Amino acid sequence: MKEILSGNEAIARGAYEAGCRVACAYPGTPSTEILENTVNYTEINSSWAPNEKVALEVAIGASFGGGRALCTMKHVGVNVAADPLFTLSYTGVNGGLVLVAADDPEMHSSQNEQDSRNYAKFAKVPMLEPADSQECKEFTRLAFELSEKYDTPVMLRTCTRISHSKSVVELGERVTGLPEPKLVKNAPKLVMLPGNARVRHPLVEERLLKLSADGATLPYNRMELRDTAIGIITAGVCYNYVREVLPQASTLKLGMVHPLPRDMIREFAATVDKLYIVEELDPFIEEQVKAMGIAAIGKEILPICGELTPGRLRAAFGLPEIASATPEKLPGRPPNMCPGCPHRGVFYTLNQLKAYVTGDIGCYTLGFMPPLSAMDTCICMGASIGMATGVTKVVSPEEQKRVVAVIGDSTFLHTGINGLMDMVYNQSPATVIILDNRITAMTGRQDNPASGFTLMDDPTHRIDFPLLCKALGVKHIRVINPFDLDETRRVLQEEMNRPEPSVIITDRPCVLVKREGVFQKGAVYAVSAEACTGCRACLKIGCPAIEWRPAGDGSKKGKAYIDPLLCTGCDVCRQLCKFGAIGEAKQ
Amino acid sequence: MSGQITNILLVGVGGQGILLASEVLSETVMLAGYDVKKSEIHGMSQRGGSVVSHVRYGKEVFSPIVPEGEGDILFGFELMETCRSLSLLKPGGTVIANDLRISPPSILMGQETYPEGLAERIKEQFPDFLLVDGQRLALEAGNPRTANTVLLGAVSKRLDIDEAYWLQALEKMVPAKALNVNMKAFLLGRSL
Repeated sequence: MKEILSGNEAIARGAYEAGCRVACAYPGTPSTEILENTVNYTEINSSWAPNEKVALEVAIGASFGGGRALCTMKHVGVNVAADPLFTLSYTGVNGGLVLVAADDPEMHSSQNEQDSRNYAKFAKVPMLEPADSQECKEFTRLAFELSEKYDTPVMLRTCTRISHSKSVVELGERVTGLPEPKLVKNAPKLVMLPGNARVRHPLVEERLLKLSADGATLPYNRMELRDTAIGIITAGVCYNYVREVLPQASTLKLGMVHPLPRDMIREFAATVDKLYIVEELDPFIEEQVKAMGIAAIGKEILPICGELTPGRLRAAFGLPEIASATPEKLPGRPPNMCPGCPHRGVFYTLNQLKAYVTGDIGCYTLGFMPPLSAMDTCICMGASIGMATGVTKVVSPEEQKRVVAVIGDSTFLHTGINGLMDMVYNQSPATVIILDNRITAMTGRQDNPASGFTLMDDPTHRIDFPLLCKALGVKHIRVINPFDLDETRRVLQEEMNRPEPSVIITDRPCVLVKREGVFQKGAVYAVSAEACTGCRACLKIGCPAIEWRPAGDGSKKGKAYIDPLLCTGCDVCRQLCKFGAIGEAKQ
Repeated sequence: MSGQITNILLVGVGGQGILLASEVLSETVMLAGYDVKKSEIHGMSQRGGSVVSHVRYGKEVFSPIVPEGEGDILFGFELMETCRSLSLLKPGGTVIANDLRISPPSILMGQETYPEGLAERIKEQFPDFLLVDGQRLALEAGNPRTANTVLLGAVSKRLDIDEAYWLQALEKMVPAKALNVNMKAFLLGRSL
């Protein structure tokens, strides 16, 4: 049977067909939909972990217990999971273990564009890279088999254009006859103390040599000889661009990008007149090929930054540009917080109070954009609190008062707790705001340990943030309604002025939460055209439901208007209007 | 270079039903026996940003994204977004656009104004241009949220694919309770 699947759906299908029993992840674009699809297969126990390190550790446990396990994350998630990954490379597996790392060249939704292939080399584990959805499914199955055959975790690298592209996939059946999981003790293999690890490391090196040598015999590395004047070594989505732009060129399509099939590369290089290497981001294949003493052209003509496109590849090979319309300069359309978002009033207030805001990763990172303009730093998941502590160590006591860390519920649970522990332990006077909207919103509304539900939709314990902060030793914990601007301002001022660590928790749900009884839409608001003076105060919160309507007489005058289809009745704009022009719409 | 490949771009603003339209289109061409690839960016675009969905079909499709300047049909759900993506279209390509303006933040805040005369300027560059009043036809079909299906109907007439495949794809992809109104919307668009 054929279906159109995204790369992520196909990876989930591949895991199902491979007999995978456990799938675990922390959401992250572009990897999130893999677990959102494994959960549809009842044979797979699918769960969100609080972060990628825990997710990988859960998968490791499942593997050691004898079941096949899948763990997925975005590229930067691998940084968090790197600690267990590097030693897992030494222990190897029992049940097959596959780690999906989804890269984001061009940073469509990421803070950097690190190339995960370097992790495969660094951790000395094999890595497969599919070029379309069919390969996503096949390579996932294959990765489980290789994992057990070579006793190693196997990484599967995708990128945004593979994970989020859809193409036709031929479905298969789930394998049967895999060994039943059970507890088996094997300390020399699984307890990585120096004595045991010294025995394991040489096995890792042998494994890489064997994988490299076997590379030529395995079906995922494929030499396609056409015109031999030009030969191109490529992998993943780049293979498609090569076939599109240079259909006559010979290709060596690598399905396994680490370790490289050295003999096959030598043979290919000897067959073609001129060798090119086409890869996105780092010169990962290129450096290794050149280190083998083979002449090749790669980043001399191709960009390191951003994603490759057929057009960029054409330009690199000096092909004539295809004529097209000249783009007109138009107003931009950046993403924005939703109408009724509980973060909006908080950032408006932080801006008013001239706070120095150390930020974090989530929808609220958009708080840096005008007109809210109230975020001053953003590095990685959980970094806001540590950065706030650090800033207060160097600035004057007067400036210390302005330092506020802002972090979402899911991000706080991911890696923010340790930062708060440190803030209390080392007594930083900074203020922390936990924006608790009861969901992991940015990646598309995933549950987390503070939402009260699991990925499989089972009700579960819901983290009590005030209690957690109290246990960490925070003495000043305030829970506020972020739609009440007076309360928000008053509490923020009090806690910012306090020369001790303090935590403010905002307590309103994301407007996108669909679970019943969580978000409730209020009465729709409207602007009274008679009362509106055109002062523009309500525009300072950047709500997409509020529109400035010019008078149309060439003057700068105009009035505000609220779109009744977008307004959720959050009440924030009403509080900004000094003229009482905003109120509930008359029915 | 793309040979027998047909390249279609669906552009607009997050939340306009672009993804559903591109899914129905992809399903239709698969049912008609073609290889198909479709690509778009999720994530940030869900927060009211621009959305560009690429659908390519033919005997064998390689790149999941339409090469710049090779688009056959640009299918715009919003005027400014239609204009923004014109450079993806081949010279002489077809534009089918919804006559709808959605203001981005800078315009909502009164810092910029919505550009005038966009439809006229599109038509100057691409004479094969159809402006559709998707909102009005969607209301006529019975649900203002079916403008995406009206537009899909308008696009379907430009593609040499049997109507039966379109209807089969709609049946598969559209939730049962919304199927009738979407069928009506599709046929309204197809009759343009």
